[in-house]
Amino acid sequence: MIKLKTALTTLALAGSIAAVSSPAMARDTINIVGSSTVYPFATVVAERFGRNTDFPTPKLESTGSGGGLQLFCQGVGTQHPDITNASRRMKKSEFDMCQKNGVKEITEVRIGADGIVIARSNKADKLDLSLEQVFLALAKEVPDPDGGDKLVANPYNNWSEIDSSLPDLEISVMGPPPTSGTRDAFVELAMEGGCKKFDMIAQMEDENENKFKSVCHSMREDGPFIEAGENDNLIVQRLAQDADTLGVFGYSFLMENTGQIQAVTVDAVEPTPENISSDKYPIARSLWFYVKKAHVGVVPGIEQYVAEFTKESTWGDNGYLIDVGLIPAPRNERMKIAKNVKELNSMTGNEL
Amino acid sequence: MSDQSAQAEIVRNSLKRRYRKERRFRLYGILAIFIALASLFILFADIIGKGHTGFVKTTITLEVVLDSELMYLDDPTDADQRSMADFSAPIIAALQEHFPEADSAGEKRELGRLIGTYAASEIRDLLIAKPDLLNSTQSIEFPAHDRVSVYVKHPDNSQYSIKLSEQQQRWVDELLEKGVIDTSFNDVLFSRGDSREPANAGVLGAIVGSLLTMLVTLAIAFPVGVAAAVYLEEFAPQNKITDFIEVNINNLAAVPSIIFGLLGLAVFIGLFGMPRSVPVLGGMVLALMTLPTIIISSRAAIKSVPPSIREAAEGIGASKMQVVLHHVVPLAMPGMLTGSIIGMAQALGETAPLLLIGMVAFIVDVPGGFLDSATVLPVQIYLWASSSEQGFVELASAAIMVLLTFMIIMNALAIWLRKRLERRW
Repeated sequence: MIKLKTALTTLALAGSIAAVSSPAMARDTINIVGSSTVYPFATVVAERFGRNTDFPTPKLESTGSGGGLQLFCQGVGTQHPDITNASRRMKKSEFDMCQKNGVKEITEVRIGADGIVIARSNKADKLDLSLEQVFLALAKEVPDPDGGDKLVANPYNNWSEIDSSLPDLEISVMGPPPTSGTRDAFVELAMEGGCKKFDMIAQMEDENENKFKSVCHSMREDGPFIEAGENDNLIVQRLAQDADTLGVFGYSFLMENTGQIQAVTVDAVEPTPENISSDKYPIARSLWFYVKKAHVGVVPGIEQYVAEFTKESTWGDNGYLIDVGLIPAPRNERMKIAKNVKELNSMTGNEL
Repeated sequence: MSDQSAQAEIVRNSLKRRYRKERRFRLYGILAIFIALASLFILFADIIGKGHTGFVKTTITLEVVLDSELMYLDDPTDADQRSMADFSAPIIAALQEHFPEADSAGEKRELGRLIGTYAASEIRDLLIAKPDLLNSTQSIEFPAHDRVSVYVKHPDNSQYSIKLSEQQQRWVDELLEKGVIDTSFNDVLFSRGDSREPANAGVLGAIVGSLLTMLVTLAIAFPVGVAAAVYLEEFAPQNKITDFIEVNINNLAAVPSIIFGLLGLAVFIGLFGMPRSVPVLGGMVLALMTLPTIIISSRAAIKSVPPSIREAAEGIGASKMQVVLHHVVPLAMPGMLTGSIIGMAQALGETAPLLLIGMVAFIVDVPGGFLDSATVLPVQIYLWASSSEQGFVELASAAIMVLLTFMIIMNALAIWLRKRLERRW
């Protein structure tokens, strides 16, 4: 027993010393961190890459865009990640942090966008909503319509009550349940976007961020917003039957069902692939990843992984990422990015 | 006399009330047990109800002609040719054998979507392993696509939605009748790592990761914990410093586990520069978390060794060291082991501290050593439970059942050891 114990102790000590004394170990698996929005796309690419090449499958951690860039910019060396995903562009301050820590050469890749549409039946009239109107129609609490800086339970039941220019129609919007990524994106982009336009709520962001989040992110539960199941097809069917109802879903479903439904324009912008990928359409965001050039050639397979990601059959108009919900960037832009990535051109910092 | 009878009168009068009180008290107890059992039952019923289908897989068996012209492949050993080859073509051709009428490009694509995403990779792997199979006909069992699997396994379940087109449903019905599509025991679950496709996802990677992590935890926490307990109990002088240490150990046992993750992040990764996501790191963090539990239970075990044994050993001239190592520690070992196993079972179910050190990650390859990226069972459950693909609902519950099995085994082992080795004085 005692011998065994001594052996175990020695083993444990030796193990920890070995691990501690060689911080920059050679690594043959690509390490990727970053945005949870990009995670579903990147994991699919990573797995395909692992299955179809002789390289090991990259490891992906979902840390959020900010957390990912924080890790990414810590420095060069195999203990730091090789690639970070982001659902927004790198900030100037983050670029500077990278530079300061010796991460000089970074290649930026824009992989496409993630867009959400509000749609209704083709039989109904065209409709345009602003983000404020979307917020007022669907939020749990809204600024008191009688003035003052109180928040009251949402009193609106009819679109025309919100703004007289809107049709005299009961508010009825079908949307995804809270478990859905579409719901997260809708809440973050549309609801928070509209909510910020009210000064009293915008002030809250600095003072009490939790309160701000809970006001902006809470959907009403008194009827006008109907949670449909995860099945977006069902929403499309309901919209086709009921011309008075609006629906919220990922852009790909609009594309597949243009025969039955039309998009509501938001802030007068039509959700077309061009408008979404150029950031004109407000309920959309570009998705990115950043490659640490110093690791290319050190960790095997980075170039090939990036090449797999930027292949037409991956991120193109008929690529497999469409099935996961990606909106491809316009073709000429894709070509430019792919070329840029192939040459591993570094960012200068001026583009931010 | 009258005084006594008056007292008896009071007792008699209150007797009924006291019995009622006791009955009520017992009832509360039974109710409490009933609530506990009922919630346990509901939990198990839910997990098993959702999870049992996770142990069944849906497969499509096809006679595939590995035609070199169809795949644009003359030499499977040539990596350049492989990267240009179309490994999915023979699968679609084999499906078309069953449905010659599906001839348009769109229909072919629809047909191809009945099969799991990585079927083409399987053909590729097969040809790399056995290049001489080129141009032969092979009967290969492919995992069906998630949507087909849902359609076959849950035709009338409102919690699942059928996402196949009507034409695909007709095809699947026909293939089911022919026996081409079939269900069998899901061996994939126990032979693969994680995947984004439910049909290819397994818990083997997580089980191996958990095992490696637990080995490191055991190797560190057990000797350190026992040594600390023995010193504190047998050798340490009773003074303010040891009191202070004791208070701190008891406090540490109650510290939320995420704090140990933060410690691991700051010290092991930040200061020592250890790699993220590896079992060594996870094991070290979990060892820190388990240490207080082991120290406390080991001290209790040492305390329960009767003083007469120490005195007898000392009486025949044993040194302090001999008393401890020859008599006290062996007699206390069952208690120490029980405490350690329970601590380890706790560590096995832990995710929070691992979140911060990068073990909550998408890792496909099964780890081969202590320094390979790995994840653990509870993390795998969490990742699957938050995935959008329908097939992961049942897989997450199936993985919970696997985890619970490990827990039950560990706890049973603890009980068995205690029963077997325990001595009564």
